[in-house]
Amino acid sequence: MWRAVLVVSAGLWLLVGWAYPLAMVGISQAAWPNQANGSILYYRGKAVGTPLLGQAFNGEPGFFWGRPSATVNAAGQPDPYNPLNSGPSNLGPDSRALVAHVARRIHQYLESTPGLTVSEIPASLVESSGSGLDPDISPQSAAIQIPRVSRATGLSPAVLRQLIAQATERPVFGLFGRPRVNVLLLNLELVERLGHRPKLARGGLPAR
Amino acid sequence: MSLDAAASWVAVLAFFAVILKPVGRYMGRVFTGQRTLLDPVFSPLERRLWRWAGIDPQASMTAVQYGTALLATNALWAVFAYLALRAQSHLPFNPQHFPGLTPPLAFNTAVSFVTNTNWQAYAGENTLSYFSQFGVLGFLQWVSPAVGLAALAAFLRALAGRSLGNYFVDLTRAITRLLLPAAVVLAVVLAALGVPETLAAYVHLHPLSGGSTWLPRGPIASWEAIEHLGTNGGGFTAANSANPLENPSPLTNLLEIAAMGLFPVASFYAFGYVTGRPRAAWTLIAVAAAFYLAMLALAYFPEVAGNPVLNRLGLHGTANWVGKELRFGIGGSALFQASSLAFTTGSVNAAPDSMVPLSTLSLFLGLLLNMVFGGDGVGLLNFLMFVILTVFLLGLMVGRTPEFLGKKIETREVSLTALAFLVHPLLILGATALAVSLPAVHDTLNRGPQGLTEILYGFASTAANNGSAMGGLEAGAPFYLWATGVVMLIGRYVSILLLLLVGESLLAKKAVPESPGTMHTDTPLFGGALFGAILVLNALTFLPVMALGPVAETYLLGAHRLF
Repeated sequence: MWRAVLVVSAGLWLLVGWAYPLAMVGISQAAWPNQANGSILYYRGKAVGTPLLGQAFNGEPGFFWGRPSATVNAAGQPDPYNPLNSGPSNLGPDSRALVAHVARRIHQYLESTPGLTVSEIPASLVESSGSGLDPDISPQSAAIQIPRVSRATGLSPAVLRQLIAQATERPVFGLFGRPRVNVLLLNLELVERLGHRPKLARGGLPAR
Repeated sequence: MSLDAAASWVAVLAFFAVILKPVGRYMGRVFTGQRTLLDPVFSPLERRLWRWAGIDPQASMTAVQYGTALLATNALWAVFAYLALRAQSHLPFNPQHFPGLTPPLAFNTAVSFVTNTNWQAYAGENTLSYFSQFGVLGFLQWVSPAVGLAALAAFLRALAGRSLGNYFVDLTRAITRLLLPAAVVLAVVLAALGVPETLAAYVHLHPLSGGSTWLPRGPIASWEAIEHLGTNGGGFTAANSANPLENPSPLTNLLEIAAMGLFPVASFYAFGYVTGRPRAAWTLIAVAAAFYLAMLALAYFPEVAGNPVLNRLGLHGTANWVGKELRFGIGGSALFQASSLAFTTGSVNAAPDSMVPLSTLSLFLGLLLNMVFGGDGVGLLNFLMFVILTVFLLGLMVGRTPEFLGKKIETREVSLTALAFLVHPLLILGATALAVSLPAVHDTLNRGPQGLTEILYGFASTAANNGSAMGGLEAGAPFYLWATGVVMLIGRYVSILLLLLVGESLLAKKAVPESPGTMHTDTPLFGGALFGAILVLNALTFLPVMALGPVAETYLLGAHRLF
């Protein structure tokens, strides 16, 4: 029986452990190389990101901010939007830390945005995502950031509203998914409209 | 209910309704060795394989031979995976130069993938080389569901009064005729929809906001396809299908859900096809579907109502977004989570630890019952175990000799089946009791009832070979690496082997002709009794510990008690 065990295992290993992944890589690279390589986005010749993964804009007043990210670095310290260690906060619904984090983020928005009230802030904008890499926010989450971004960049609210509308993705077939704004794409449009990157605040507010 | 949620639920349920008959019939044909469209491609290769392996594909095995061959192949694969993970740094396709895994982590991971559990105590994107992903764990994601499908094929043939069959033939055909054609299509479609599929190294990025970061990638689309079609559930990355690299859009979300249910759901129709009793199959389908719908509702509505503690803050909207991805919404998250737990896939697109406790009951329903369509092959096996138990219980109540599909259910079958049933709660409750009486009780992120829930979930998930986790549990702590490893092994093989023996024992019996006294197993009445029996048997076993975990937490949360 050991001969059968070894030969059948080896045969299947060659088929599904090698032939299958290599063939899938070959076909995908030939048919849709852009997607197969990670849909990389370039700005002035440099790879800046991918629409798949969110990035840490939070705390920079001149950019639109994404959802909070709970990812950590190799040492276990907070490192928002760390693509090499995807994951959620795992805080339970009755966690004191969870409530404190959300309250702090609400405060952060209220403080940085003229005229904003709590009841305008969508829950999804201050509650951290499942991957820590969520690239999207809801259209309203983008809209409430307009006063802050306008003040920091000098672009008028009307222009920013237009940029948001352009960056809003509609549900597939009008049915599946919700309207959503890809934060990186929105910020790329913003930078292109400005002609340069907004001045960075650096070390302003934490992105968690 | 939002339009988005309703549309995605209808799409998935309609998909299952449409594929049930044709795919189930096709599975039945594969299980009974009939000709398929793919024969011209694979039959010549397989004939050569049988010759080299010295196998007579026509010769049937006994249950002991079948079980021995099953265990021998699994042992070989586990040892291979262990050694390959340990030696990762010396093997090819390691562009990020990741070192080898430690012995406990390599043991846990090898066992986890060979048992179709895919519990992960590591983060793939910063731990595993491409070779470890596709050539080692990827390979196990193929053969482990094939083992489940093979065991089911043997059991169904035994129920139908045919021979038990040849393990190696079943194993190979499950891959070449069922998993492979579906995975090839799905992998290419997922890649087209944005899931990376490359062997090139990670990309260095220069973000607009300064600094530098990476784009991790790899042969992810081909991994996702078999991860879901094989009800495996091990993510290429730590965040699993919440990570946009694995699940970039609402459309890929639906495809992955459909993929994980494809074979588990269709196998119920295959049961009717192989045994020639389609009506009995419809009864089982109705019972499993009722549990599935209950899980969907339970995973959705409490999450929409949200977390009372957070809702006090006065934000816009009540839904609980903690640990969820915006592109899936609450509806797409609930649908994925409930499906993954029903089909014991174990991939997640949202964080189970951050769901409200009432919704985690939906996940527990999948883990504890372990038969809501269940994993590839083994789900139906577990369900048939409950059917035999129910036939026996009803027989006792009305004072008749229990019969199932024309065969008498007697002491030997009932003993073996009861043993198979008891393994699951014994493992879950025993291991949880052990963990909470050791210092390991402190290896949880959350405190209070949620801490107990994390431990309980870990052992329920590994015993059911599901593999999803409440991430707050320190899965990498030595106690949990070893304990979950042992639980996965027992949870996987004991019930498969016992049910093979039950199948052989039924096969050896003479069929009894139907009489006016025969209790029919294909009526709505029996379906209702089956639903009730499954519920009662599991409630008696698990209600006390559920009361200490999610139920207690629901009440405490309502009283705004924090930990």
